[in-house]
Amino acid sequence: MHGPVTEKHLAPPEAQIGGIALSHWRLMVLVVGLAVAAAVPFVLKNFFIFQITLAIIYAIAILGLNLLTGFNGQFSLGHSAFYAIGAYTAAIMMDGFDISYVWTLPAAALVCFVFGFLFGLPALRLEGIYLALATFALAIAIPQFLKSTLVEHWTGGVQGITIIKPDAPFGLPLNSDQWLYLFTGVVAILMYWCATNLIKSRTGRALIAIRDHPVAASAMGINVALYKSLTFGVSALYTGVAGALGAIAISFVAPDSFTFQLAIALFVGLVVGGVASIPGTIVGGFFVLFVPNIAESFSKGLAGAVYGIILLLVIYLMPTGAAGLGRWVTGRLMKQDR
Amino acid sequence: MELFLHQILAGLATGGIYACMALAVVMIYQAIDHLNFAQGEMAMFSTFISWQLIQWGTPFWLAFGLTIIISFAAGLVIERVVLKPIHDAPVLSHVVAFIALLAILNSGAGFIWDYTIKNFPSPFGSGPFLGLSLLSKHDAGMIFVTLLMLVLLYLFFRHTRIGLAMRAAAANPESARLAGIRVGWMNGLGWGMAAAVGSVAGMLIAPVVFLEPNMMLSILLYGFAGAVVGGLTSPGGAVFGGFSVGIIENLAGTYIPVVGREMKLSIALCIIVAVLCVKPSGLFGRPVVTRV
Amino acid sequence: MTKVLEARELCAFYGPTQVLFGLSLDIDEGGITTLLGANGAGKTTTLRSLSGMCRTVGTIRYGEKSINGRATEDIVRLGIAHVPQGRGTFSRQTVEENLQIGAMTRSGRAAIASDIERVYGYFPRLKERRTQQAGTLSGGEQQMLAVGRAMMLRPRLMLLDEPSFGLAPLIVEELFGILRTLNQSEKVSMLLVEQNAALALDLADHAYLIETGRVVMEGPAKQLRDDENIRRSYLGY
Repeated sequence: MHGPVTEKHLAPPEAQIGGIALSHWRLMVLVVGLAVAAAVPFVLKNFFIFQITLAIIYAIAILGLNLLTGFNGQFSLGHSAFYAIGAYTAAIMMDGFDISYVWTLPAAALVCFVFGFLFGLPALRLEGIYLALATFALAIAIPQFLKSTLVEHWTGGVQGITIIKPDAPFGLPLNSDQWLYLFTGVVAILMYWCATNLIKSRTGRALIAIRDHPVAASAMGINVALYKSLTFGVSALYTGVAGALGAIAISFVAPDSFTFQLAIALFVGLVVGGVASIPGTIVGGFFVLFVPNIAESFSKGLAGAVYGIILLLVIYLMPTGAAGLGRWVTGRLMKQDR
Repeated sequence: MELFLHQILAGLATGGIYACMALAVVMIYQAIDHLNFAQGEMAMFSTFISWQLIQWGTPFWLAFGLTIIISFAAGLVIERVVLKPIHDAPVLSHVVAFIALLAILNSGAGFIWDYTIKNFPSPFGSGPFLGLSLLSKHDAGMIFVTLLMLVLLYLFFRHTRIGLAMRAAAANPESARLAGIRVGWMNGLGWGMAAAVGSVAGMLIAPVVFLEPNMMLSILLYGFAGAVVGGLTSPGGAVFGGFSVGIIENLAGTYIPVVGREMKLSIALCIIVAVLCVKPSGLFGRPVVTRV
Repeated sequence: MTKVLEARELCAFYGPTQVLFGLSLDIDEGGITTLLGANGAGKTTTLRSLSGMCRTVGTIRYGEKSINGRATEDIVRLGIAHVPQGRGTFSRQTVEENLQIGAMTRSGRAAIASDIERVYGYFPRLKERRTQQAGTLSGGEQQMLAVGRAMMLRPRLMLLDEPSFGLAPLIVEELFGILRTLNQSEKVSMLLVEQNAALALDLADHAYLIETGRVVMEGPAKQLRDDENIRRSYLGY
């Protein structure tokens, strides 16, 4: 053989299944997924559209939690607090000040970011189980605070606030549910795109480094304290926007909708979807919305027990969540190829 | 001044409950190096078993003893059967397993015994203790039993070989195996003991807060607050923490006008956060120093 | 020479990854055998296989018994002590508690107490620090503690994984001197895994050299130490 050995010969072969590159498979799955998602409002009944909208909203909330707990290793059992703050921000703006629902999203984002960042500062001193407890405390405190006489005037106390469900703009031939689904979908795509880019960037790698080995990370010049607090803020931002979307979709906010049970549900969704997996959060969102209902359909009196058993089975079979299962399947398919 | 002293006493009375729960929490933490979120529900379920035994005519103390034994066995079985398969799974998955347990026990109790509030008898009788109007005989009895359990547990963990083996298995399972310790069984034992201690806590608390499936959640939180304030590595600290939380909660409720009944729980939790920010290992906890 | 341990055709796996490929070795009773090799050669895996800490295929005979597939706790109870890589210290417990943990499988309070004193005899620095939290000890002290903990088992065979790692040369010399004494007066057979070939060959009677999970050379330690070619090509000095 003559001539120099070129780079091409030395590069490792790209991972593939059935002769098609893995990255191409991923693109195909994404495109098909988006196509199916776009078809939903025109194919399904209103109530199902509403439910899927909620599932997507939960997925965004779980994505927020994932950024903090999955990618940055800060254990939060209190994300219902940020969800509630986002929801109430939207509700107060729409009901009290007659502001359009569109503006509530950036407002909720900002408010929650600030709140998250501020909570993240003292949280810097806490690790693992202690942080979990502190965030859990937050989750319990927020609904109580919302009910209290201090802020009743703004929050409507125990009764909460009812808001008017927005209609499709520009006279489009869509009903409320269909429009809100598409609106939520677009917001979701935007937020997922941002999250994916964040994780792939240098900042994302810094977050992961902090999770895996904080001392080494700081020795490499990463400002651990700043990154951790900022991550708290961004995480709260995501979950807060989800909360605002939730308020708009359900047209109602009340303190008892945002109890610690929501915080636990979000956490369960995180683990079921797969910690530190962005696509996994979608599975998590659907799990959190639909599985409790499925459990109830099995047995009304023992709904909780059935849910618990399903959870245990999921953890046994997929200890690393749906994302872990996906990786395993991909691995097997790649092996079979050879 | 009188009001202040009264509130302290009242705080001690409720604090007894929290101290009891805090002790159970720290105990399980020492044994398995995890915070067991399902502990409250386990205690609640045990208390229901005890109640059922009493309904069937079992004398109180016999039911008490039987429940402790049954709870121990149940805790052991839960660890060896339910938790063993996920032994190697990441920590967050363990937490989800605890949540699952919580849901099963809570729903199960509601299904078997329904949600109406039941009376649970106190072995200490009702009425004031030594004539003190804010400390009942039951409160005093509860404080006594809590302190007794504390002493027994302390002696067990600090001065018996098996207590040391359990601590070793929790702290460093691989090294413990290399010392010949059967780590799996130590974990099971830890869960059994925690379930037993929890059942005692439940049976002491039920006469005061009345027996129903959701009775333990806020108690568990106060218990966590107490344990954290005292330091998760210190059983004595946990008991102290529990009493402190009871007193602070009562004082806050009396003297801070904003704090209504709804906010009392938030107070407990603000305490957790405040203590953790100032002294992350709690007032009496031993900070773990690791060399890099 | 009787063999305290014989391993034949060991294949070891971490999950789906194979790390040892048909490794065989013998450990003489009463002797010190050393296992040398570069990073990633499989030295630690070999020790872990002998202790039942990873999935292994092949035969491991300890005395008359076959121990492959047994649980670590059971293997330890047969008299094999393993001083792991990284020392395995119980950081939150005191020095004395660490030693007591080492004696967990033994009975007889008096015997255990006298053994603890014997360990302090070998390692006076540990005695000074007996009530100190073990996690605060220096690397060298923690290594001594790890060896002390292993001694509390009164083992017939001691497996040591890179005891010189991260320690100052003087401390290592001290430690290896104690190992020699342990071997000679307590009659403890040893399998020593080391990256520091010079030190190990000085201490050991017999040596194995492994590379990517296979034995590539073996012989009396003196022979490997004195053969310049072997030293230069395989041991780097």
